[in-house]
Amino acid sequence: MSSHPDPLHLAVALDGTGWHPASWREPVARPRDLFTAAYWTDLVTEAERGLLDLVTIEDGLGLQSSHFLDPDGRTDQVRGRLDAVLIASRVAPLTHHIGLVPTVVATHTEPFHISKAIATLDYVSSGRAGLRVQISARPNEAAHFGRRAIERIEHYDTPAVHELFDEAADHVEVVRRLWDSWEDDAEIRDTATGRFIDRDKLHYIDFEGRHFSVKGPSITPRPPQGQPVVSALAHDTVPYGLVARSADIGYVTPHDAEEARAVATVIRAEQRAAGRADEPLHVFGDLVVFLDDDPAAARARRERLDALAGEPYTSDALVFTGSPAQLADLLQEFHAAGLTGFRLRPAVAGHDLPAITRGLVPELQRRGVFRRAYEAGTLRGLLGLARPANRYAA
Amino acid sequence: MTTSSKPLKQIHLAAHFPGVNNTTVWSDPRAGSHIEFGSFAHFARTAERAKFDFLFLAEGLRLREQGGKIYDLDVVGRPDTFTVLAALAAVTERIGLTGTVNSTFNEPYEVARQFASLDHLSGGRSAWNVVTSWDAFTGENFRCGGFLPQQERYSRAKEFLATVKELLDSWHGDEIVADQATGTFLKDAKAGSFTHTGQHFDIHGQFNVPRPPQGRPVIFQAGDSDEGREFAAAEADAIFSRHGTLEAGRAFYTDVKSRLAKYGRRADQLLILPAATFALADTDTEAEELAREVRRQQVSGATALRHLEFVWNRDLSAYDPDGPLPDVDPDVTESHIAQGRAQVRMYRDPIATAREWRALAEANNWSIRDLVIHTGNRQNFVGSPATLARTINEYVQSDASDGFILVPHLTPTGLDEFADKVVPLLQEQGVFRTDYEGPTLRDHLGLSHPDTEGVRRRAS
Repeated sequence: MSSHPDPLHLAVALDGTGWHPASWREPVARPRDLFTAAYWTDLVTEAERGLLDLVTIEDGLGLQSSHFLDPDGRTDQVRGRLDAVLIASRVAPLTHHIGLVPTVVATHTEPFHISKAIATLDYVSSGRAGLRVQISARPNEAAHFGRRAIERIEHYDTPAVHELFDEAADHVEVVRRLWDSWEDDAEIRDTATGRFIDRDKLHYIDFEGRHFSVKGPSITPRPPQGQPVVSALAHDTVPYGLVARSADIGYVTPHDAEEARAVATVIRAEQRAAGRADEPLHVFGDLVVFLDDDPAAARARRERLDALAGEPYTSDALVFTGSPAQLADLLQEFHAAGLTGFRLRPAVAGHDLPAITRGLVPELQRRGVFRRAYEAGTLRGLLGLARPANRYAA
Repeated sequence: MTTSSKPLKQIHLAAHFPGVNNTTVWSDPRAGSHIEFGSFAHFARTAERAKFDFLFLAEGLRLREQGGKIYDLDVVGRPDTFTVLAALAAVTERIGLTGTVNSTFNEPYEVARQFASLDHLSGGRSAWNVVTSWDAFTGENFRCGGFLPQQERYSRAKEFLATVKELLDSWHGDEIVADQATGTFLKDAKAGSFTHTGQHFDIHGQFNVPRPPQGRPVIFQAGDSDEGREFAAAEADAIFSRHGTLEAGRAFYTDVKSRLAKYGRRADQLLILPAATFALADTDTEAEELAREVRRQQVSGATALRHLEFVWNRDLSAYDPDGPLPDVDPDVTESHIAQGRAQVRMYRDPIATAREWRALAEANNWSIRDLVIHTGNRQNFVGSPATLARTINEYVQSDASDGFILVPHLTPTGLDEFADKVVPLLQEQGVFRTDYEGPTLRDHLGLSHPDTEGVRRRAS
């Protein structure tokens, strides 16, 4: 680790060929490889070369859409994707240090399945697993499951959406309890008594919520990290609350240092209110990046992609266009405003990911604010999170 | 050897990762982890080195209980099936990856995208062993909570499988154009469109994983009831059966294969692959000795008492496993002492079984433990490498099966000796491949791609 007292953490958000809707048309994009293991292995390996803390992998239970709620019927953008947990698992044995954080949709999945899947990802990666929890308010995705009707919303700050976030909080609570439902030393293999486990060290979680109840224990023993890393993207007060109560990392989308400071202040207050003031909670800024050594080249690339897309690119997150040095300046400024790290969304995965690992990272290293080698064997370790005690251990 | 003039059948072999029954001997000093990925990687690589068709993972969604307490005498705990198989795809190149996944506590859209994803990520090596359950005991871990009336489990399973097939078939394989010059990514905005209206599922929309290399995963079925056999004859590519003896195997084989014609299917479109345990040593005599030793390891005194409880349906912990069988009769009330197991339902008339076993124990001077050892499942194959190779081949050539899913008793090395010593003999006899012929599991099993079996392509 660098000797900097307050190092900065870096993640990359992987989504198809990149976050710009026309990214797949770039020569480096490999759109025909999107559904192969080799494509994802190459991306995660590149991120690991840059010593990044983690990659997140986007997912969804319907086709991608440019509309916030409904399918868009477009054929000029990447559509279709593989299950993010399975991508992460497929890549795990081929990487060694980087954290693997697939997206899971709380709204339509079983917390029991998600808990054991992420626990297993933690086993196959030797302690590098996490998850990014997300809700779905899309009526079409609800119709894929046919189990519940989702009230049609006009925007994301409605009681119906708050309800989905509450349910997501319950989902995470169940996932976390199940991870703890086996104590670390529950497997005893005591040949004298013939007992494989000490069943007093397995625990029913007996969760009863408004949306579901789950008995436990998990079928999978406590994962190597104890608690894999939980993260969530948050734009508003309600999700800030989810982050403050349930997560280890919140991804936020401030557009300047002032907003960064304000968001961090709100989340820290929520964190204190949730009784977690003394627990580490990371607040990462999300940024879309167009990165070239020559800022003019980055601008030109963005304009070219916008022209292909037929409209200027907009995002919930700040869109950065410029050089690694300029980006490093911005990150340091946001860092000083209270963010502990960043999740960068490469506009074009095949271009901007290597620009991060080979341009931005060396720049941050020169400034002494980013690691020069992996300093820990687990994702929690990289994030400075201790291995937590088991809530059920006597 | 067979004297038949028909050409020799090629044997299919698969490797069942040791599970949570007492078949698995965890007390052996060589026994490794059932959770660490290294165990799975070793097991899969051994099977692939031996050119096996596939690796097989079982599943259970609630820890077993007996007498209201978590059962602690067998291996407890296992990883998530999909996640392990996806990781194994990274450390193997050819071997098939078969996962058992429940149709009661999952939803078709999610299972379809998991298998489609696994098939993409493994280059066409995925298979799904479709199982059903109905118990409220397992349901306590899931949103739906409740349970399925027993008679509905196959109707749900059938509809579940049909729905998954519809989802996978909703992409035809040619939709992704990804033409960078013209800017057309998808040929058809309606790619993946589906509507399913049925008793159990009423869903519609667009599936979001393009068609995988195998079209669909290979489908396994494992139930043994008349309904289960019919389901397999209509829908499955292979059966994971439990009829490992020659006579029972032949009867099952004949029965199931005879059901295919009415679904317009040929006999070679459904493979019969029983589970098989084995004891392998340098000589037949040593193997017999090993088989006895392993049986005693599998049935400790404590295990013997617990297994007797399956029949007696009452707490027998006060009994001496090295003593005689209980005088008291089984409790025949409804609620059963053991939960989360399939095998306890096998004893339809516990009073009669108890009477039979008492007589058997008396006649042979058997203790409780002796009785459980003798009435339980002995290894299917016991002998030297030559004996095992000969026996396995005889079973296959005489249509007791199309091959076997081997269940070793040791994790993760229980397959090593078989791979090194038995497989070469089968290869010498010309009844087992010396190398993989194609990249997909369908290639290994001799199954055609669903698109060449007349899957209706929508005209568009």
